[in-house]
Amino acid sequence: MSGKDSGYLDMELLRFTTAGSVDDGKSTLIGRLLYDSKAIFEDQMEAIERASERIGGEEVNLALLTDGLRAEREQGITIDVAYRYFATPKRKFIIADTPGHIQYTRNMVTGASTANVALILVDARHGVLEQTLRHAYIASLLQIPHVIVCVNKMDLVDYDEAVYDKIKTDLEGLSSKLSVKDIRYVPISALKGDNVVDRSSRMDWYQGPTLMYLLENIHIGSDINHDDFRFPVQYVIRPQSKDFPDYRGYGGRIASGDIKVGDRVAVLPSGFASAVKSIDLFDESLEYAFAPQSVSITLEDDIDISRGDMLVREGNGPQVGQDIDVMLCWFNERKMVPKGKYTLRHTSMEARCMVKEVNYKMNINTLEKNKEDKEISMNDIGRVTLRTTKPLFFDSYTKNRTTGSLILVDEATNETVAAGMIV
Amino acid sequence: MDKYQINHLRELEAESIYVIREVAAQFERPVMLFSGGKDSIVMFHLARKAFWPAKVPFPLMHIDTGHNFPETLEYRDQLMEKTGSKCIVRLVQQSIDEGRVVEEKGVNASRNKLQTTTLLDALEELKFDAAMGGGRRDEEKARAKERFFSHRDEFGQWDPKNQRPELWNLFNGKKNMGEHFRVFPISNWTEMDVWQYIYMENIEIPSLYFTHKREVFNRDGAWLAKAPFMQLKEQEKLQELDVRCRTIGDITCTGLTLSTANSIEDIIHEVASTRVTERGGRADDKRSESAMEDRKKEGYF
Repeated sequence: MSGKDSGYLDMELLRFTTAGSVDDGKSTLIGRLLYDSKAIFEDQMEAIERASERIGGEEVNLALLTDGLRAEREQGITIDVAYRYFATPKRKFIIADTPGHIQYTRNMVTGASTANVALILVDARHGVLEQTLRHAYIASLLQIPHVIVCVNKMDLVDYDEAVYDKIKTDLEGLSSKLSVKDIRYVPISALKGDNVVDRSSRMDWYQGPTLMYLLENIHIGSDINHDDFRFPVQYVIRPQSKDFPDYRGYGGRIASGDIKVGDRVAVLPSGFASAVKSIDLFDESLEYAFAPQSVSITLEDDIDISRGDMLVREGNGPQVGQDIDVMLCWFNERKMVPKGKYTLRHTSMEARCMVKEVNYKMNINTLEKNKEDKEISMNDIGRVTLRTTKPLFFDSYTKNRTTGSLILVDEATNETVAAGMIV
Repeated sequence: MDKYQINHLRELEAESIYVIREVAAQFERPVMLFSGGKDSIVMFHLARKAFWPAKVPFPLMHIDTGHNFPETLEYRDQLMEKTGSKCIVRLVQQSIDEGRVVEEKGVNASRNKLQTTTLLDALEELKFDAAMGGGRRDEEKARAKERFFSHRDEFGQWDPKNQRPELWNLFNGKKNMGEHFRVFPISNWTEMDVWQYIYMENIEIPSLYFTHKREVFNRDGAWLAKAPFMQLKEQEKLQELDVRCRTIGDITCTGLTLSTANSIEDIIHEVASTRVTERGGRADDKRSESAMEDRKKEGYF
């Protein structure tokens, strides 16, 4: 390494999620990505070898690497989302590894909420299953910008091109029903390593990139909305010190778009307008800033602004309203109560809301809308109208993942019971 | 990189600052745990960035086992003075004197586990409702399951099987009286990220992280430092070697690395080529396969 501009420090961050059950080879695939990128250390490997021997497996069980809790190892299942990290010279990766056994939707939605890429595994022997459909639907609902379908276990179907083509055609038929912007297909064998990191010599008929190549090169720069400046005020910074007697900065993370010193902004909900005086990050003053930076913004005029307010570019505001249509994923064992009241969190704002109406429940196995049965219980997804106690400043989730998302909190238990994507 | 791109360190920084501000906004009495190790140093640096030019709006707290490297305490006091910050210190020795905990016996005795009681007592006494820690998910398999905002019941316990889902960047810090949160602002950082960031931001760190000559002895494959309260087994011999700390914890359980790394760049090179995890030298994690999970459930950091 030669200096601060060395390649080391110039990596991009890519977050991806993987979903599926143990049987489709997900753990093996993650194990291979970690192992081939040298993210598994010797002492971890030794620990896994010891543990594999104890439970009597013949081969080293790479799944033990991802199963962190005692109960998970004992029962051989994954309970919760686990986060894994590895890096190649090009990118740093964060994997949200989500289990398939229980609380399926809840975990996959959680993992998917921040992902740039979703890996969907399909077992080449079994083809497209209901489960595959659920994965694809959730990836589309959560607007994960890129989906990579890994047709796995190609070694068990003699690396047959026809098997791969059939799966690809089946999924392409379905994906017209979904709104996935970018979907790719790769035939792999996670166990043997074909097309994971290294190109397979056993599938000459496949001319596309390997999985690792896609992960390293998929363009994620456009995943964030760069058009609409949205700045939810998180914390008001007022030093009131000798050196900074009148400093009044608005701390927050830019949700989307960009802003320069001198730009005109409007403040919601008050509607007052002003111009950006400075953009600060520690002792550094920035000329401009953009999503997803965390900064402190000062304005030319003294306006009363507090947490929960939002700065936007003058003339480009979000929607404002108290009747919010959302696709709601329910996470809790306590069912959703019709007309029930919940605490709602949206950007840096907290409000209360009432469930006004359930429009339909989604059957995520068939992608059909159920307008008869409107009971929303754990792992259900439905389209719901919420009435909030005060106006929200929002965009549709498809336009903006930050200003378009919300969670509901049960006022009795304080638990996070649902996630909503604003329609 | 184009105009609207930031590198992975800046993105992690932005995420951590967001989390720290969220803690200051959602809780009444937050505290930031500070050990003098590189992770808490980075976390504190991020906190200063989050509120600049105002001071960090919460105190720091060090749970002092009494078995620290003297360099750690020196560094801590200097940093507090330089930044004009306040660090509350609570001593494990006091918990022992008051009979709240009993010191472990034998050559492998460590005060690592005892810290939990001192910490929980301090949180209760000072009525802190959120304690930020420098834990990272890549450190250990139980920590890989940890949330940014981690709920603790009135006994300070963690229930890993029943964690609140955490979506997007919407953190739910709601709780009942007597409960508290542990918050991990640098959850998504790896050991390498921490070092690269220290390099990029030119952050001062304790001299222990750089190579120095020290009297050490080998126990179960790990190099441990000579200290007044360390008992040597019969066959263990002291030698003077070139070593450095890869993590800083208690002297009793912090394995030293044989190294001649003299600068942050050297350390980054060393971390890039090492084949053992950083906690691989930590005797406290080796006690059993779920040592960390068990300690965390009881309220460990």
